[in-house]
Amino acid sequence: METLEQIRDRIATRFPGAQVSIQLNPGAAAEHSLLIDSKLGREIALFLRDDEALQFDYCSNATGVDWLDKEIVDVKKTTVPDAAGGPAKVVEEKTKRTEPGYLEAVYHLYSMALKHGPVVIRMRTGNRSDNVTLPSLTPVWRSCDFQEREIFDLYGIVFEGHPDLRRLLMWDEFKDHPMRKDYVSPDDFEYEPTPHDAVLARAKAHYPAPAPVAGVADPGPGSTSPATKPAAQPEVKP
Amino acid sequence: MSDAPSTPSPAAQPLDESRRSSPSEGGNAPTPFPAAGNISDAEREELRRNGILLTSLEELYNWGRANSIWPLQFGLACCAIEMIAAATARFDIARFGAEIFRPSPRQADLMIVSGTVTKKMAPNVVRLWNQMPEPKYCIAMGACAISGGPFKQGYNVLKGIDRFIPVDIYIPGCPPRPEALLNGLIELQKKIQTEKVAGPQAAKHLRSDVQSEFPVPTYGEHDIIPTKNPDVWSPPSLPRKA
Repeated sequence: METLEQIRDRIATRFPGAQVSIQLNPGAAAEHSLLIDSKLGREIALFLRDDEALQFDYCSNATGVDWLDKEIVDVKKTTVPDAAGGPAKVVEEKTKRTEPGYLEAVYHLYSMALKHGPVVIRMRTGNRSDNVTLPSLTPVWRSCDFQEREIFDLYGIVFEGHPDLRRLLMWDEFKDHPMRKDYVSPDDFEYEPTPHDAVLARAKAHYPAPAPVAGVADPGPGSTSPATKPAAQPEVKP
Repeated sequence: MSDAPSTPSPAAQPLDESRRSSPSEGGNAPTPFPAAGNISDAEREELRRNGILLTSLEELYNWGRANSIWPLQFGLACCAIEMIAAATARFDIARFGAEIFRPSPRQADLMIVSGTVTKKMAPNVVRLWNQMPEPKYCIAMGACAISGGPFKQGYNVLKGIDRFIPVDIYIPGCPPRPEALLNGLIELQKKIQTEKVAGPQAAKHLRSDVQSEFPVPTYGEHDIIPTKNPDVWSPPSLPRKA
């Protein structure tokens, strides 16, 4: 199989205006991926599928990734000469800026005909709120059908050109996207037989406060102050 | 039946005598069988050996019901595989008269909630329960059906089917073995056999003041509405240790 760089260059030659870059995976797997231009996503996918040397005829997996807004601190160093004649001081000026988040759809491609792969391609949405449209690759690979519906359901990416874009796992009336990182699940932790960690923290708000002990101030329900002993485990129902 | 003799027939005489005869038991208090009069189990056994079978309508009725429980044929997750195993030759739920899994809720009288109940599935489970005629019983099989189990932190998992329908038997396990299901079935049979046919303690299907249909939750924008049926379930009060 051609290397990822070769594939990138071939795409760049075939689609001169397209933005194609390699996203490095710094982990041990070193599964690098191709970030392709979402405007030309369908055309590039067709090219990957139909090109004689590539023939990626099988999409084994499609998934989504949510990237939150990132706060980046730019450090600007300026050298200020000391008025007293000493060594010059370096003054750091920090400016914060927010890099808007985005959603990604990731596809794993294999070639059954040439027995090679995988090649991982990604597409990015403009942001996480109102510009969440990506071209659907279901017309290119039929196997993307349910997986793109699942991404639509859980991440909220709208796939343009999908033949049947409905929610897959949640009900149609559901409005949230549970796999997004800022999703807050409904609080139904009224009763937990063995609460621990995050469940304990959420369940505590539902349990009655302990009877006030003489001489000890009542911390009140839902208190997370260190005065509350960790022995807040409720008794297990027999 | 209409022309029943007003005077007791001669055949009924030994029965009446045996009812009166209690001094033979002496000091150890006989355990009176509740519906068959003040007669001990030993006396009943003695009569049975002599060819006289004593029973009551209540006992017969409950015996028949307890030994022909027809479960509803539906499974939700991995516990259903164990339920299927319990129906196979190795474990043979037919020994307890519960082998006729009915594909229609109209013909079933036991709902084995075997597996994780997702919030998307919960309204359908409650609807199936409502479609079952009384008398009906519910077994919550496995940790998921009881409390959500290992998935209870999931956004899409109902934290126990008892939030919507009354559960008679809880079988813990993840999943419970078929033997555990059979034990739960035996416990349910015991429960059925102690039910009353009349009086204020009568079984719930014989009373008009006990509801047998339960509101089906609807799909909301963030969760099912309501998230629980307060008539059926309220969180147990768990006082925190000070």
